Order: sequence, then structure tokens, then C-alpha cells
Amino acid sequence: MRGDLTLTGAVRRIEGPLLYVKRSASVGLNEAVQIIDSEQRQRVGRIAALDEDKMIIEVLESTTGLGLGDTLIRLRAEPLVFPVGPGLLGRVFDSVGRPVDGGPPVPAERRMRIDGLAINPTARALPRDFIETSVSTIDLMNSLVRGQKLPLFSCGGLPHDRMATEIAQRARLRGGEAGEFAIVFVGIGVPHDTAEAFRTAMESSGALEHTVMFLNRADEPSTQRLLTPRFALTAAEYLAFTEGRHVLVILTDMTNYCEALREVSASHGEIPSRKGYPGYMYSDLATLYERAGCIKGLAGTVTQLPILTMPGDDIGHPIPDLTGYITEGQIVLARDLDRKGVYPPVAVLPSLSRLMDNGTGEGYTHKDHPNLAHQLFAAYARATRVRVLASVMGMEGLSDTDKRYLKFGDVFEDELVKQAGPRTLEESMEIGWRLLRVLPEAELSRLSDAQIERYIRQEAELA
Amino acid sequence: MSKAAIHWVGGPVLRADVKGPFHVHEAVSVGVNELLGEVIQLDGEQLVAQVYEDTTGLKPGDPVTGSGLPLSVPLGPGLLGRILDGLLRPLAEESVHFYAPGTVGQRGGRFHFVPLADTGETLAPGAFFGRIVREGPTMRCMVPPNVSGTVESIVDEGEYAETDTVCVLIADDGRRHELPMGHMWPVRRPRPVQKRLSPEAPMVTGQRILDTLFPVARGGRAALPGGFGTGKTVLQESLAKWCDADVIVYVGCGERGNEMAEVLDEFPGLDDPRTGRPLMERTVIIANTSNMPVAAREASIYTAITVAEYFRDMGLHVALMADSTSRWAEALREVSGRLGELPGESGYPAYLASRLAEFYERAARVRTLAGEEASVTIIGAVSPPAGDFSEPVTSHTKRYVRSFWALDRARAQARFYPAINPLVSYAEDVDVLARWWQIQGNPDWRIHRQRILTLLEQQEKLERMARIVGKDALPAEQQLTLLCAELLNEGFLYQSSFSPIDRYCSPERQSAMLRLLMHFVDRSAETLAAGAGPEAIGEVPVLRRLRRLGEELPEDDPEEANRLWTAVDRELGEINTGGDQHAR
Ligand SMILES: Nc1ncnc2c1ncn2[C@@H]1O[C@H](COP(=O)(O)OP(=O)(O)O)[C@@H](O)[C@H]1O
Ligand SMILES: [Mg+2]
Repeated sequence: MRGDLTLTGAVRRIEGPLLYVKRSASVGLNEAVQIIDSEQRQRVGRIAALDEDKMIIEVLESTTGLGLGDTLIRLRAEPLVFPVGPGLLGRVFDSVGRPVDGGPPVPAERRMRIDGLAINPTARALPRDFIETSVSTIDLMNSLVRGQKLPLFSCGGLPHDRMATEIAQRARLRGGEAGEFAIVFVGIGVPHDTAEAFRTAMESSGALEHTVMFLNRADEPSTQRLLTPRFALTAAEYLAFTEGRHVLVILTDMTNYCEALREVSASHGEIPSRKGYPGYMYSDLATLYERAGCIKGLAGTVTQLPILTMPGDDIGHPIPDLTGYITEGQIVLARDLDRKGVYPPVAVLPSLSRLMDNGTGEGYTHKDHPNLAHQLFAAYARATRVRVLASVMGMEGLSDTDKRYLKFGDVFEDELVKQAGPRTLEESMEIGWRLLRVLPEAELSRLSDAQIERYIRQEAELA
Repeated sequence: MSKAAIHWVGGPVLRADVKGPFHVHEAVSVGVNELLGEVIQLDGEQLVAQVYEDTTGLKPGDPVTGSGLPLSVPLGPGLLGRILDGLLRPLAEESVHFYAPGTVGQRGGRFHFVPLADTGETLAPGAFFGRIVREGPTMRCMVPPNVSGTVESIVDEGEYAETDTVCVLIADDGRRHELPMGHMWPVRRPRPVQKRLSPEAPMVTGQRILDTLFPVARGGRAALPGGFGTGKTVLQESLAKWCDADVIVYVGCGERGNEMAEVLDEFPGLDDPRTGRPLMERTVIIANTSNMPVAAREASIYTAITVAEYFRDMGLHVALMADSTSRWAEALREVSGRLGELPGESGYPAYLASRLAEFYERAARVRTLAGEEASVTIIGAVSPPAGDFSEPVTSHTKRYVRSFWALDRARAQARFYPAINPLVSYAEDVDVLARWWQIQGNPDWRIHRQRILTLLEQQEKLERMARIVGKDALPAEQQLTLLCAELLNEGFLYQSSFSPIDRYCSPERQSAMLRLLMHFVDRSAETLAAGAGPEAIGEVPVLRRLRRLGEELPEDDPEEANRLWTAVDRELGEINTGGDQHAR
């Protein structure tokens, strides 16, 4: 590695987050730089483009106060890295990995690239370990497994933070030993109270010493917002793949991240794609979300629970849309359920866990779990169709079967979706079977004869 | 080799000052780490190249070295059963956990070669000079399509490395060609054939909704558009597992790493229903996941089709699954944007349509240079933003495919799989393919297909009507139509890829199921005409069996089909004779 090199008086132009700098030394694309202003304040940047005599430096913090003549550029001759080591847990960092809890710096055992490296697909182990979150609509209907990336698609004002906090507090593996776990909380442009509420909750459940927090304040510049999840995921990878822990990363709010990406792209003068977001937003988000996973032969795992608020409550908006194309499913929260007082307000039909088939059923959860979930989905989908019908022409025109579906839809939301406290998977399944007894047996074509006999007939007799 | 020096670099694109001749699409090696790149524009003393690896650390002055050849990939027997990157370099073995630039594995491997030509024999382009003894599809070694000549020497039967010279040809112009078992071929140049043939037989997929309603011909092209989570990948994987092609080329283009891991995890343990051999033996996986370099994503689609054509030229039927072509189009858009080209619709370059056309055009049933009948079938997944099919990639793709399998969000949300909307999807080669079904012993295929589609269409109409007048107010025949349409959906179109019994459905079983269901449709209409009410028909116990037919009628069990057939007759008959005992 070359040593650091400092350029003085080389800045020719400052435009938004970009510095146009005379190139008088050998530097490479993407390498990190430090920008030092007249008051010796340091900022982080990287080389965005370069030719023979100029280079464009993207300042990853605010450019306020930078001048042309008195700004120093220190070339680091390596890409941006995060020095990590033992003792990350229990700490709080700012957007760019500097401790803000008053504690000492973390001993740098390894200097890891914040962009990470793509996990070799052949080295990936298939995520299969079911995580019980104690939320019925997740455990029973859209199961989460270790190493999955499963976002919450929410709307402004819905209790997504509360849900994520509860999941962080309660998530556990069933039966077997849980292994060392860790939680990485990444606040991206969120208000201080959100982070503080999370911290208090973790403290009260005694999990604070297993938690690392990265906080990007709402008033920090957008370029910096793009770095926060990268520093945090680097820490997560260290905790998982070096220290062997099962890491749950909560990223909130990814919408703020995407807005920052749009802003930075615009400041680079790039041609926007849909709704002004850059054409590479899919690839950019993928470089974050794909950092979840399990690796053959390594003990730890990285599970991601990103939270995003859908602009205009629209799931077709580029932010949820591109996210959904990358993540392994999504848990969608709905305003109408919230209004009806249903907590957690999970809209079951548009929610999905793509890894559910890997982590449920015989040998994983319960052999009848998948069929029960499929039957509940089919029935609830039909119930919502009947609801539309009933809203047009009232109850009179409905057949007897349809009326029972209508009833099913209501109890499904009141008794399965809505929950006052945590539930085990068994409790959730029990409710599921009970609700299906509302419907005529002939309608249950996703269940086998044996399942009908066991859970619908016999249990009905017992009841 | 021509040289150039980097002048400007930004993202995956660079400009370099040239010192010597370069050609468009020439492969280049970039920087001290010799990253692979390709010339995409020449402009006076400058070239523009895209780089297929992470460009971190590249700097002005770094060398660019021309290869003198268009971007080419090494084709050969070592491809089958492997997972390779977008430029056909094997992904590093498992012990390399992270994919850093340059960490590609070695292809290696030795193969048992049997000569098929003699010294002195004249070989035309594409002729076979050897075969490889191994499990799985028959692999042959052929003269590259742009070479011919007289055999000067050929090795004896034995084990050789993939790159060893096994045959030496002297061309008419006196040039000597040392041929290994495989050869290099430029990815962007379609491999020549003797003749393109028209479609004749279907590619059997084992998926009822496809084979029976919307078949794709061998050598055909199908598109599979759908929003996220509607089932593109699961369907592509199901086709890769169960379709009756000899070789599968599966390209994961800009999609998830876990999906590649899943294929690698699952395929070796599954057997081809026709040959009983492990599926992995007939499969080539090309992986350029969403977090791998974008430019290689663009190339991976061409790489995949070139590999498919290579196996086709051995006389094999090849199916190419591309998941997802939209990510490829986006890669085109990204590189085009960096070149400052004028953007067209949704920011895509104006040449998007012609690139798509060129790609799908490479699917065909052909007579190969060696004179054999073979085919490449393309199944392309499309990921339209917000599931809107009017966007450029979907709408252009639609112009070039002959089978259109539209995935539907509402069906997917109800977990009704495969979530193909039968009223929006279509297939254009039905007339030709009906003949194949006739030969297979199902002369009614076409009529049955037509009847199902009509029933499904009526269902939609009647449901709309029921929304206004109420279901009870519909005439009895129409209520029965709704019942039958519902039955066909549940009992025939529903097919879970995760059901060990039902994930694959042979054409024979499809025919048997269809006959049985149509029997119910006919008999119930008669029963109704004889005075029974639709409610009574709806309550016969055999209906539950028929709704679960996919699970309950296994492969090769004609007895069970007969039992159900008689149950239909008996139970419906009992309604007629006033027997009320089945109404609960
Ligand atoms: N044919 C099918 N059979 C059973 N389940 C399916 C089928 N198709 C899709 N699914 C379910 O839907 C989920 C999403 O499907 P996937 O193919 O990953 O969607 P896409 O690629 O369109 O985003 C899968 O994880 C699986 O649970
Ligand atoms: Mg997919």
C-alpha cells in the first residue's frame, strides 16, 4: 500500500457534493480521501471519476465551509474502510462509524471495505433456520428464517418501529440453542426519539450489550446517508462472519436512503429513471440487501429487517417496488387495519416470505404448517373477494358459503392478525385451525383428508 | 497486441488513448490486475470500453491491451454441471467466501475422448470429430463453425484435458488448426446453422397450465412477465427441472445469490424424470447476481445464448431460462447512460428493441451444420416496474415471443400457483402442436383446451354479472358453469412446485386429468338438464377428489382415474334417480 499523500490548493471547483480537483498524484477510482478544511475539520470523500489531469471527488459529508484555496486533500490509496474489532457490541456510532457514545475508539483488528464484497454464490448456505418472531402473520403465514432479508413495507404513521423493536426483543430459534446473537440498529435519517425509543427498549429487555447502533441524523447531508448502512453492514459482517454471531440488522428508514440516492444522483447530473430515482437504484440497493445471508462453514449469519415507508402508501412506488424485487419477500402494513385497531396491522395477502418453503414443514417447524398456511391464504383471499361483492350488493345476494367466507375474513383479522401479546407458533397454528372450522369442509381443498379429520372434525368435536 | 492508456474512468466505463488498431466488441485486458473488458465505441484516437469487474483502483495511465479477438467465451465439455460467471469463468470454489475481483476458479477437468474421424478425412465446419464418454447428455466435439479442413492427426481414445489439442486440421489455404475438445466463440455472433426449421413439437414442461393451455414449441420463445413475488423464478426453476430438453442453460441475471445457491443445493439431488439421471448433469448455471458487476450482467445473456447454441450444434434440444431479462435491459441502460447517449423511453437506449429482437431471434429449431435436428428454446422472465406490462421491456418483448405467460398479482396473493392469468396469456403455435398431442394419443387436446379457455372466460363474465344481481339470481346453467370453472382452476390449473407428487405432470397424466374433469363437466350438464339443481351437483363428494386431483391422481395410476370416473357417474347418477343421500 502506498502511504497517504496530501494535496494543497488543488481544488478548482465545488459544486454540490462534488469537488473538481487538479490531479497531481497517482490515485485510483473509488479510493478514499480525507478533505481537511481551514479549521482542520476532516470529512470523508471518495474518487468518483478521474482523467489525466482532473479528478472528481464526491464529498460524503456536507461541503459547507469548504474553500478552494485552503482545502487539503489527503489521498488514502485504498477504498473506504471501517476499522472493526472486538468490542463493537454495546456501542453507538455516527453515520460514518465514529463512536458517539463517549467511549474509546474500537480496537482496529481488521480494516474492512465498507462496500463489502459479493458473497460467492457457491459459498452461500441455504437459509433454513426458522426464527420465531411471536407474530402470527409472520411465523404462521410468512415465516422468517436466519439469513433472510425481509423488509417491512409501511406507511407514514404506522407502528412499524414498535413491530421491529418487538421482533428484535423476542426473535428466537425454537428448541435448539440460540448461539451468540447480536442486533445492529441502523437509523437512517430518523428522528432522535426513534433511536432513543429503540435503545430504551433494548435496555429494558437486557439486550443492549448485544446491540450496536449506527445513527444518521435527519439533518446530516444526503451523501453521508448513503454511507451509514454500509458502515453498519460491515460491522454486521464482522460480528457474523468473524465473531460467529447471528446478527439481526434493522435498517430504518430505507426510504430516506433512497431519497438521498436520488438527490446525490441529481447533483451528479445523471439521467434519472422512474420518478427521478437513478437507473442504478436497483443495483445500489442490491449491494446492501445482498449482504444478508449464510455462508457454508461459518457459524454466524446476517439477517436483515429493513423498514421503509411507501411514499403515497403506494406499493408500486420505485422504492418498495425495487426493494421487493431484491428482498426475499416483504411484510406489508396497511393503514385500514391500523384504523380498525388491528395491531400488528399486517396486510396478509400482499405479504410474502420467499424462504418460507425452505424453513417450514416436517423437520423444520411442523409437518402441517405449510398446508395450514396455504389454506388460510386461499380462504382469506376468497373472503376479501366476497367482501367486495357484499359491499356492492349487500348480504342478500350471497350464497350460504359466501356468507361463511365473510365471517371467516372478519375473525381472521380479529383473532389471528390482531394480537395482544407474543404467541408461539403452536398457538398461532391452533388459532388457524380453529378459524378454518368456520368454513364448510368441502371448501378446504388445500388440506389433506387426514388434516381435515385431525384438526377440523376431531377438534370440532372436542370443542 | 494493440495498446492503449486509460484517459478517463468512471464506474464500469473507461476511455483510453489508443496506440494501435482496436475493433468494436474486441475483448481487452485492463489495468495491472488484467480485468476483462470490451470495446464498445471507437472515436478517433480514443476507445470507450466497459469493464466486467469492479473498477476500484483503476487510474489514468493504466494500460489497456487488445486481444485482437471479439469478446469470446471458451465452450467445451467442462460446462455441464457447473456454475460459471457471466463470462463463463467458473465461480471460485466454496472455500472462497467472497467474490473479490479476479477470484475466479479453474475450469480444469479431464474428459474421456473417443475419436470419430480418421487421418486424411475432410471435415466441414461443425462436423463431429470426436465424442466424450460421460454420464448425461451425449457430448460431441465439433469443428468450429468457421473452420474446415483435412485431418492431419487425431489422438487415440483416452483421457485429455479440456484444452489439450486432440485433432489437427489443415485448411484449404494451408493453415493449421489445432483443435481441443471445445473452442472459443464470440458471444455476440449467432452460431451459424444449415437451416432454420419451423416448429413441430412442444417443449414439454410438466406444468399443466403451460403444456395444455399455453404451450411453447421446441425452438420457440416465451416471455414470463410479472411483478415481484408473482412466481417467475419458481416457474423458471420448475421448467429447468422438469422440461424435456436435453440441456438446460439457466442464467441468473441480476437476481438473488440465494436463488443460485438454491439451484446448486437442489439440482444434484433431483433426477430427470425421463432419464433418471441427476438434473445437474444436464445443467449449466450462469450466475451474475444483482451485487456483481453490472457490465457483466449485460454480457451474461449473450454468453448464455452462445452456450445454448453450442449444445444445439451437437444435435441437442436446449432450453435457456433467463431470469431476468429486465436486469439485462437495465444494465444496457446504465452503460448507455454513462456514455451520455440520448435516452429513449424510460431512459432505455433507442436500440433496446433491436437488442431484444436479436436475442430472441437466436431461439430456433434448426438443421445444424452437422445435419442434425436440434433446437434452442428461450424462456425469458421480465420484471416490469410496478407490474405494469406497458413498460418498454415487456411491450417490446411481447413483439418477439410466441408464448406469453402473464403472471398475475391477485392470483399470486391468493397463493394460487402458477399465478398465470389464463385470460391475458397466449400461445401462437397451438395449431402445429395439436398434431403432436394427437400422435401422443390425445386427439381431443385442442378441443379440451378450447373448452377450458371458454369456461374461464365465461366465468369472468358471469362473476361480473353476479356482482350486480347476486349469484343466486343466475340461471342454473350459469351457476353450473361457475362451479365447473372453479373446478378446472382448482383441479387442473393449480399446481404447486413444492408438492412432491404434483410438481411434475407428464403429458399422459395431463390428458387423463383433463378427460376426467371434462367428463364431470359433461355429466353434470346432463344431470342438470335432467332436472337436478346446481347445489345438489355441488355437493357430490367426488368433487373434493377432483378439486385435489393434482395431489390425488399420481403418475401411472390408470386404476385411480377409472375409479374416479365411475364415482362421477355414480354420484351424479344418484342425484338423477332422486337419491338424496349425498346431499349433506
Ligand atoms: N409454482 C409455484 N408453486 C408453489 N409456490 C410458488 C410457485 N410460484 C411461486 N411460488 C411462491 O411464491 C414465491 C415467490 O415466487 P418467485 O418465483 O420468487 O417470484 P418472482 O421471481 O416473480 O419475484 C415463492 O417463494 C413461492 O413461495
Ligand atoms: Mg425472481
